[in-house]
Amino acid sequence: MQQWTFVIAAYAVTLLGTAAVSWLSWRTMRRAEAQAEQLAEHP
Amino acid sequence: MHRFANPARFLKIARPLTGWLFWPGLALLLAGCACGLWLTPADYLQGQTVRILYIHVPAAWLGMGGWTGIAIAALMQLVWRHPLAAVAGRAIAAPGALFTAICLATGSIWGRPTWGTWWEWDGRMTSMLVLLFLYLGYIALANASARQGAGQGGVSNVTAIFGLVGAVNIPIINRSVVWWNSLHQGPSITMRGSSIDMAILWPLGLTLLGFTLWFGAIVLMRMRAILAQNKVEARMQRLARG
Repeated sequence: MQQWTFVIAAYAVTLLGTAAVSWLSWRTMRRAEAQAEQLAEHP
Repeated sequence: MHRFANPARFLKIARPLTGWLFWPGLALLLAGCACGLWLTPADYLQGQTVRILYIHVPAAWLGMGGWTGIAIAALMQLVWRHPLAAVAGRAIAAPGALFTAICLATGSIWGRPTWGTWWEWDGRMTSMLVLLFLYLGYIALANASARQGAGQGGVSNVTAIFGLVGAVNIPIINRSVVWWNSLHQGPSITMRGSSIDMAILWPLGLTLLGFTLWFGAIVLMRMRAILAQNKVEARMQRLARG
């Protein structure tokens, strides 16, 4: 296999992993904070 | 440190800090990756595969750094009963596990063209795999203790002790290439300097800083989520009690 194939595979794994955790963490935070705000406004 | 024990005071700082860490971190790591892919020369021995260095080293650094953070948080929880320490420990676990997994995956991909094998049961790789299992165990314990309502969204004392005891693996990972014969190269970046040529080394500073800032932002996001979930749970319990 070409050396660049290994390089691209390593970068793809890293960028996909970091993007997935960024998105999941941001979504969990937004949902939780929105729910907390909603409960504070309309208990 | 106890000044930030109040979640409201912590959130006042954490809300703006999340963006300040996330966006510069993302910019730095993308710039570092781009420089590492297109601006640095290929290595005389390893050829193009040396470019995996710019993601593999920060991943190893943050995988080990994450567990060190968990151990410090566990110590603060057990000794000083800092209420946010348990939340911090739980928040660090997922990005720490991610970087440990990335370190193992990129190391394996790098190993195939360099050593001729995807995996070798030597000291460095095995101790790093043990770290991944420790993270998975910690996440399972932390989730179980959070479900049982221990530590107000944080982790139970048993989970904290697990985090503290697991830290024994960190110096083993660090010294494994010195103590045992290994396919993995010895320490090339030490306090005394680096054996890597500066022409190849410089983008590593960008990716190290970028991934570290990004890691900090993710930990803050997860801490904010846990604190908001605590708030909702406490209010629901109050409402249920009438």
